[in-house]
Amino acid sequence: MKEYKHITLLCGHYGSGKTNVAVNMAFELKKQYENTAIADLDIVNPYFRTRDSEKDLAEAGIRVICSKYAGTNLDAPALPPEMYSITEMKDMKSIVDVGGDDRGALALGRLSAAIVAEGDYEMLMVINCHRPLTRDAESTLEVMREIEAACRIPFTGLVNNSNIGRETTAETVLDSAEYAEEVSRLSGLPVVMTSVREDIAVELCGKVNNVFPLKLQKSIV
Amino acid sequence: MADKVLMKGNEAIAEAAIIAGCRHYFGYPITPQTEIAAYMAKRMPKIGGCFLQAESEIAAINMVYGVASAGLRVMTSSSSPGISLKGEGLSYLAGSDLPSLVVNVQRGGPGLGGIQPSQSDYFQATRAGGHGDFRMIVLAPASVQEMAELTVKGFELADKYRMTSMLLADGTMGQMMEPVELASLKVNAAPEKPWATNGTKMQRAHNITNSLSLVPEELEQLNFARYERYAEIEANETMYEEYLMDDADICIAAFGIAARVSRNAVDEARRQGIKVGMIRPITLWPFPTAPFKAAADHVKSFISVELSMGQMIEDVKLASECRVPVTLCNRAGGMIPTPEQVLDAIVKANNGGER
Repeated sequence: MKEYKHITLLCGHYGSGKTNVAVNMAFELKKQYENTAIADLDIVNPYFRTRDSEKDLAEAGIRVICSKYAGTNLDAPALPPEMYSITEMKDMKSIVDVGGDDRGALALGRLSAAIVAEGDYEMLMVINCHRPLTRDAESTLEVMREIEAACRIPFTGLVNNSNIGRETTAETVLDSAEYAEEVSRLSGLPVVMTSVREDIAVELCGKVNNVFPLKLQKSIV
Repeated sequence: MADKVLMKGNEAIAEAAIIAGCRHYFGYPITPQTEIAAYMAKRMPKIGGCFLQAESEIAAINMVYGVASAGLRVMTSSSSPGISLKGEGLSYLAGSDLPSLVVNVQRGGPGLGGIQPSQSDYFQATRAGGHGDFRMIVLAPASVQEMAELTVKGFELADKYRMTSMLLADGTMGQMMEPVELASLKVNAAPEKPWATNGTKMQRAHNITNSLSLVPEELEQLNFARYERYAEIEANETMYEEYLMDDADICIAAFGIAARVSRNAVDEARRQGIKVGMIRPITLWPFPTAPFKAAADHVKSFISVELSMGQMIEDVKLASECRVPVTLCNRAGGMIPTPEQVLDAIVKANNGGER
């Protein structure tokens, strides 16, 4: 199991799977630490939000910090006032689901000074080589640099979430290792974990380091 | 790397347009289609294309008019309220016989409505995209792969018939992510456009694109000629998919996301021994009249499943000549029917209208 810092930030290219990884991380963190929160700071996308899993999260006793407008018809780039508790509450550990790309990461800039000053955080880049605009290491690096410039927090690690939706197999994940290693080499950052659907995680045992099974998965029509 | 990519419907439209040779995109942001513009903004500068965020939807459609006049493949996209704003431009494009691709990723209405998915612009797309006598070719994808394929098809049909193709999707189709194979997309290059206003090079007379006619007799002839072309399209370009229709007693009519939901309901009803099938129109105009007419010979009723208050149902009634009952199974205002709701409607229809 992963050791969690005070704040775990998840950034990445739009549609790379940040929310899914974040929600699953919150459940893992909750097992190790009582006072756990998940914060949704997405100001770009009104759909596919942490709030979609609010019921499951609340039942598990995980605090959900999210704009009350997420998932409603009000398509406003709103942030929840409770977001300041992420940095203010020292006895609460948070998983922070940041909006996609540099535009999404802009909102994080509001907290960057406090986060960096405290220094008890992980800033993770969620990567997926099957997304059309981050298919290789170079284009992924470009997105990383844009995000860092927007939120003023340097990345500390990578989450390889390479998948192709419902057609993902163990092979898909194994094939993505080379890409993840290349991003790691170019950025000088470690691949902290490889996140995969739970049923595939079993197959990857012993083949991939730090496999993170995604138990909660939203299905599509 | 991998052959397939994981794309949002909106992104698939944008990339497919680029593959189809579109290098000019004009738009104005509106949920749930903004990813098309965002994608174009990133990609177009890298391939020598033009992405321009217009000052309004009206400006964008008139920029489309300009590029279409010059004979190049061009597109704009919006969602329901934005498409209403484009109405005047759509009519001018039709009146000038200019090809273009217009994408509508529908949201709940009327008015500003909401940002959740809807199919309630069916009438607008198939009947009255703007004022005057004209049609648009209306394509209704039901998967992200089909979003890509029909985008290419839309450009080709637009060029072939010198008119607007509209890709009519909905918020779900625009936002959902699915694996897509783009390498398999086949693109026919744009035909010669001797009418284009792309410079005479001092070798021909000036071309003019215009929708103003000063002589009513001539305007009438233009309308007659246009409708002859429309008849050709109705005869040759209709697309639909049939699912388990051979022995069906009940026929579902559904397009886009409603067809995906309905397919699950059809499968479950079949497991329960109910003979139900589905006709999924892929072109909404021209509407696939023939399969519905044929189905009316052997089904006892039709169920039109829609994310609207019932719009396509009118075409189902017309196509089946009202020979058997046509009922509506719907949600509205941004809500999506569940497979259970559709299954209920099937069971009810199978019991002759009783639950």
